[in-house]
Amino acid sequence: MFRRLPEIETAAEKVSFTIDGRPASARAGDSVAAALLANGVTACRNTPVSGAARGPYCMMGVCFDCLVTIDGTGNRQGCQVRVAPGMAAETQNGKREVER
Amino acid sequence: MTATASPKPVSFCPDVIVIGGGLHGCSAALHLSMRGVRVLVLEKDHVARHASGVNAGGVRQLGRHVAEVPLSVASMALWHGIRDLVDDDCGFESHGQIKVAETEAELETARARVADLNALGFTHEEVVGQEELRSLVPAIADHCVGALVSRGDGAAIPFRTTFAFRRKAIALGARFQEGGAVTRLVRQGGLWTVETADGGRFEAPVVVNAAGAWADRIAAQAGEPVPLEVIAPMLMITARVAPFIKPVVGATGRTLSFKQFPNGTVLIGGGLLGRAVRDENRTELDFSQVSVNARTVWDLFPCMRGATIVRSWAGIEARMPDDIPVIGPSGTEPDLYHSFGFSAHGFQLGPIVGRITADLITAGSTDLPIDPFRIGRFAA
Amino acid sequence: MSAFDFDIAVVGAGPAGLAAAALAASKGASVVLLDEQAEPGGQIYRAVTETPVRDRKVLGPDYWHGAELLGPLRDSGAAHWPGSTVWSVARPREDGPDGQRRIQIGLSRNGAAALLTVRHVILATGALERPFPIPGWTLPGVLGAGAAQVLLKTSGLVPSGATVMAGSGPLLWLLAWQYLQAGARIDAILDTTPKENWRAALPLLPGFLRSPYLGKGMKLMLEVRRKLTVIGNVTALRAEGGLAGEGVLKSVVYTRNGTEHRLPADTLLLHHGVIPNLNLANATGCAQRWDEQQRCWRPTTDEWGATSVEGVSLAGDGAGIGGARAAEEAGRLTALDALHRLGRIGREQRDHSAAPFRAALDRALTGRAFLDTLYTPAEAFRVPADDTIVCRCEEITAGAVREAVRLGCSGPNQAKSFLRCGMGPCQGRLCGPTVTEVIAAERGVSPAEVGYYRLRPPVKPITLAELAALPKTDADIDAVFKH
Repeated sequence: MFRRLPEIETAAEKVSFTIDGRPASARAGDSVAAALLANGVTACRNTPVSGAARGPYCMMGVCFDCLVTIDGTGNRQGCQVRVAPGMAAETQNGKREVER
Repeated sequence: MTATASPKPVSFCPDVIVIGGGLHGCSAALHLSMRGVRVLVLEKDHVARHASGVNAGGVRQLGRHVAEVPLSVASMALWHGIRDLVDDDCGFESHGQIKVAETEAELETARARVADLNALGFTHEEVVGQEELRSLVPAIADHCVGALVSRGDGAAIPFRTTFAFRRKAIALGARFQEGGAVTRLVRQGGLWTVETADGGRFEAPVVVNAAGAWADRIAAQAGEPVPLEVIAPMLMITARVAPFIKPVVGATGRTLSFKQFPNGTVLIGGGLLGRAVRDENRTELDFSQVSVNARTVWDLFPCMRGATIVRSWAGIEARMPDDIPVIGPSGTEPDLYHSFGFSAHGFQLGPIVGRITADLITAGSTDLPIDPFRIGRFAA
Repeated sequence: MSAFDFDIAVVGAGPAGLAAAALAASKGASVVLLDEQAEPGGQIYRAVTETPVRDRKVLGPDYWHGAELLGPLRDSGAAHWPGSTVWSVARPREDGPDGQRRIQIGLSRNGAAALLTVRHVILATGALERPFPIPGWTLPGVLGAGAAQVLLKTSGLVPSGATVMAGSGPLLWLLAWQYLQAGARIDAILDTTPKENWRAALPLLPGFLRSPYLGKGMKLMLEVRRKLTVIGNVTALRAEGGLAGEGVLKSVVYTRNGTEHRLPADTLLLHHGVIPNLNLANATGCAQRWDEQQRCWRPTTDEWGATSVEGVSLAGDGAGIGGARAAEEAGRLTALDALHRLGRIGREQRDHSAAPFRAALDRALTGRAFLDTLYTPAEAFRVPADDTIVCRCEEITAGAVREAVRLGCSGPNQAKSFLRCGMGPCQGRLCGPTVTEVIAAERGVSPAEVGYYRLRPPVKPITLAELAALPKTDADIDAVFKH
């Protein structure tokens, strides 16, 4: 669970995007992983091995646990992609489908 | 009992020393041990460290050189009972192997090949048209017109397979010595003396040369040098994707090996070459060649275009000028047998060639036709 | 030859990379600084150009020092290519037309990959947090302390709900202090520093007393201890999820003096120091060695950062943990040596110019040995129990690795082939050190003897599409880089 520091909340340039089709809001400069956490989404995928829930762990692109589908492309590291207006972020369940 | 890494004076007197702990060495060790022969395997690194541990794992009869076909067919029977042979299923799955034809001319080549095989009495390969190809491999690109198919073929996991052969051989009494390369091989008074770089000294009446990309050095020590080329076939593997293909796929007009494992990862290879530095146990990848491989997949499997490659590698393998292995007795020395040079397609032959080697050693002959593989074919 | 024929490529825009690129370019070499992030700073100075946390008292003066590295880079004339992921560094087949050695870099920008050829590469790939395998560490809600610090720096996010921090090491105390300044809630800090480490570190105390860390570090730690609940001598930890252990983090159980205690937790931040991020160096073929003092693997370098691969040097935490200020000085030394190796400056000039940087480096490293010894994690956290996942990607437990050893796997590469541990997308970054230590403990030998994963490119995933479209002509290559 994470919250935005109040002084930043008011100064923020907000970015509207969607999480699993639901409207959400982030701050310009947030990574998708940070934006998910800021919106109360702690688990962003289930593993293809056992279906266990996972969320971001390292926030620097080395753990590969923050994998999400962004604008239709799966297996994107959420912490390496900046949230953009209108972006569609989807949590991932199981193996990524081929052609997504 | 596990292998030891440190050299010790041998109190175990082997009947046969096998040089090389790859699949062919382990298979020879297993088949000999099954017949009560005492075997010592000398492996310079660790079992399955090189080609045997890192190849594409294709278990195919499909598309082989005609000389290899009888051996391959016999080996396939062993693969279908591999669990009984080595107490491990080796990850073997059989959903067929397919060689796609992209043009009518390629399909015609396939038909001619099937006719040749049929004439020799082999019926394991057949030609299918576009419709059947699409039903076998729905993800194949639209332009493909048909394919050469071997339905009994499949794939297994190379490291696990080689390890299983080793484990079973040990259970039946074989011993493995890892960590020292063979430096000297000398025959005196009916006995071979084999010395290793870590100070080991071993003796046995019979030696098997299964030394892979280093086998030419062993052969040279026996006075029969061979033109062995060291190659580094490259492979790459993707992150897991949802299952979409069962057979293993190759192509006719260009090099490709394409398969999806049960865990969802897709292995892509086909024999494009990097560079090997065999004395440093090192290979270098050539990404412009990897790119060619990727392009082939792009053309044949459009759904894979967004797949992510998570790793690539290359093993150290031996290739002979005529692309078929060296199997059989030495041409210069008694009690020396060769099993090397499998030219990037030896994995499927592993189970049978070990049996052939054991036949030659214990009975002096084998029922399978191995004359095309004789080492003497390279003599000037 | 392409218009992009650089003398030196620097990989990583943290302190070492920024300083190296700035110095080399200012001396007239053509330099390109390649970095994965959109903005420079690496991890330690992450978001220093754009952090929303403008109140300088929150992140502290050490962080803001990073901003001072940007001006020299800008003024030096070095090209800076952000958003570039380097996935391969290799010796190509042929040398350049002038007979000089070339190094080939595989990189991706904006979804397109290309091969860039340079004369020398300085890897400044930094560090990552040491893996901290405890039961339940894969639960959503468990993050590295470094990860939480990134969230603070880049997005002004702090934990809400029940928050527990656990581990040891300077970063843990720094983050706790930053949270205090920001007014974030921390329910407890579970200090896992082993009691016996104090005894072992005592002889090294004199060095630490002369160190720049002493003053700042003590002040920071005392304030944290005064204002937050710090529970020391924690010897075991586990993270628990909801019903039947599924879902997200719900509580943390710690052991102290043989007794277990449970704390509710929505967020658990783990930290056991940082270790070199050596995947790229390893995949390039750089030799590495086990460092007993830092208890980690590090690429082998000489005093200038030269690795075992000609034309490839390493500076900063990627060569061995020394901290941000040391990284900066090491970057400058490595840049001077690269200029010398390229024939741009003579040995005497190199040595003369290096003197102040070497002195500053020595000062920055004072007290390191004390910190390394004090903060070495206890064996229970490096060699976890059987049921603990060690390979997160493939979900392989420590017990499975031990079983593989009993079946004959004597090293991590065999264990990898046998179990798939290390075969996931992280390429062993989060399991390598643990797998080595588990195998070493099971075999009763040193980690040095067991070895490490043998890594190969691409060190970061690339798409098949990028590989298939790898440009072949100079015009194609230019098109990718001009993007």
